Amino acid sequence: MPPPIIEVRGLRKVYGGRAVVDGVSFAVEQGEIFGVLGPNGAGKTTTVECVEGLRVPDAGTVRVTGLDPVADHPRVTRVLGAQLQESELQPKLTVREALELYAAFYATPADWRPLAERLGLADKSATRFAKLSGGQKQRLFIALALIGNPRVVVLDELTTGLDPRARRDTWRLIEDVRDSGVTVLLVTHFMEEAQRLCDRIAVIDQGRVVALDTPAGLIGRTASSTVISFTPSVPLAPADLAALPRLASATEKDGRITLNGTDDTVDALLTLLARRHVTAHQLRVTDATLDDAFLDLTDTRPGHHHGAPA
Amino acid sequence: MTATATASHAPHAPRAARAVLKAELRLFRREPGSLFWVMVFPTLLLVILGSVPSFREAQDDLGGIRLVDAYVPVTVLLATIMSGLQAMPPVVTGYRERGILRRMSATPVRPSAVLGAQMGLHGAAALGSALLSLAVGRVAFDVPLPRQGVGYAVALLLVTSSALALGALVSALSRTSKAATAVGSAVFFPMMFSAGVWLPVRAMPDALAHVVEALPFGAAAEALNQAAAGDWPGPVHLGVLVLWTAVLTAAAARWFRWE
Repeated sequence: MPPPIIEVRGLRKVYGGRAVVDGVSFAVEQGEIFGVLGPNGAGKTTTVECVEGLRVPDAGTVRVTGLDPVADHPRVTRVLGAQLQESELQPKLTVREALELYAAFYATPADWRPLAERLGLADKSATRFAKLSGGQKQRLFIALALIGNPRVVVLDELTTGLDPRARRDTWRLIEDVRDSGVTVLLVTHFMEEAQRLCDRIAVIDQGRVVALDTPAGLIGRTASSTVISFTPSVPLAPADLAALPRLASATEKDGRITLNGTDDTVDALLTLLARRHVTAHQLRVTDATLDDAFLDLTDTRPGHHHGAPA
Repeated sequence: MTATATASHAPHAPRAARAVLKAELRLFRREPGSLFWVMVFPTLLLVILGSVPSFREAQDDLGGIRLVDAYVPVTVLLATIMSGLQAMPPVVTGYRERGILRRMSATPVRPSAVLGAQMGLHGAAALGSALLSLAVGRVAFDVPLPRQGVGYAVALLLVTSSALALGALVSALSRTSKAATAVGSAVFFPMMFSAGVWLPVRAMPDALAHVVEALPFGAAAEALNQAAAGDWPGPVHLGVLVLWTAVLTAAAARWFRWE
């Protein structure tokens, strides 16, 4: 197996006496979409800014294709393309001018025309940056991240502020980018996005990696990997539900009961229903989403999860 | 902000720097407001003043020259103030505010290339506007061209550098482009006064003139007058300009933030 394209070990960054990033370690393998997922303020952006060489770590090591992003900044910028959170372009610069300008920064840039075509910007080439929609701006930033023919791109909160359709279009683009052989480091706080796109995810909370796994692995390891919902033909006693094994939570709304648990919970519930001769109308058993896993991993309020059923 | 050459990390730095300059030149030409105030307004002011008959009569307290003669160097200085202090700071501060400089930090090109291009373009615009003012003065109002041309050019280049350094310091100290506009305007009026826009330095009372000559535009006004009259500009005036440029540049470099 080739060496990881990005390696972060024991990364620490302190602002005003507070460790925003506190011992983060992960490795991104070539050709994967690696997600950095976490709540707002968890230290995601600071982490990837250290990978991009825009910030100097207080401790730990960061390597991109074996290079130090700070000491070897010029060389790292040639293999790593970046889309930054909250950065803009000159308002009166057109799409074409921006692509040509950034192409001139690299020794062997991609041709901007097919790139603009692929990103759906071909008919916008004469449009000024300030006149682009949010989705078009983001696509232009993807194009600028790719114009230098990088081996890895870092995309930070790419789809924030996009409408659902634009977001889905962008997801397809990111998959295309990966399929073209470019490794993707994706920062997001959207579960659906991480679940759909990422091969592996590092969940960061309060400056630490609290879990690192595939989306399925993260979901499977939660206390409540299965969601069961049904409308019982006769009301069930709360105590019976509370006694179900491996139950994480139970809620009732308008006669419909939703349980979070595991396969054990499902088995026990079916036994319970049979014993009481209760019919479960519209019974749905579904896998939990990354959402549930994420809340499980990042919510540190005492007694909140694994709590008693409602 | 001495860092125009730091893009040399990249093997293709000249190509990248040229591309940045080309893009910034295009953007500069898309700002009609800036173009008017930098390129047109100083000469327009000269034309308006020169159209007043009394401005074309010799004045004893100006050593026998006409007011319109005295106003050519003033409008030349006005061009440098408009460009360096009024036009440039909001652009540069806006680039930082919008993360444009930061985005460039993530490429092989250093954001100092943009700063260098901005200073170069605003410097060139100031010089172009100054030449326009000299040409219109000569053609429309018979104002003689500077008789010590080299001395005039040296003084003009020095004062342009001071104006750009002052503008860079305003950019460095302003967090938003609105603030840069406000700070620029606050500094603008004293600088206009010291350049002699309301009262040529020659016509100021001695005590005031001494203070004004210690300021960059006051010293430049005197240096330009001397060169216009055929003398080499006084070393004290040129020294004042060099000193201001050095101090302002150092301060701008000290406080400038890329993000």
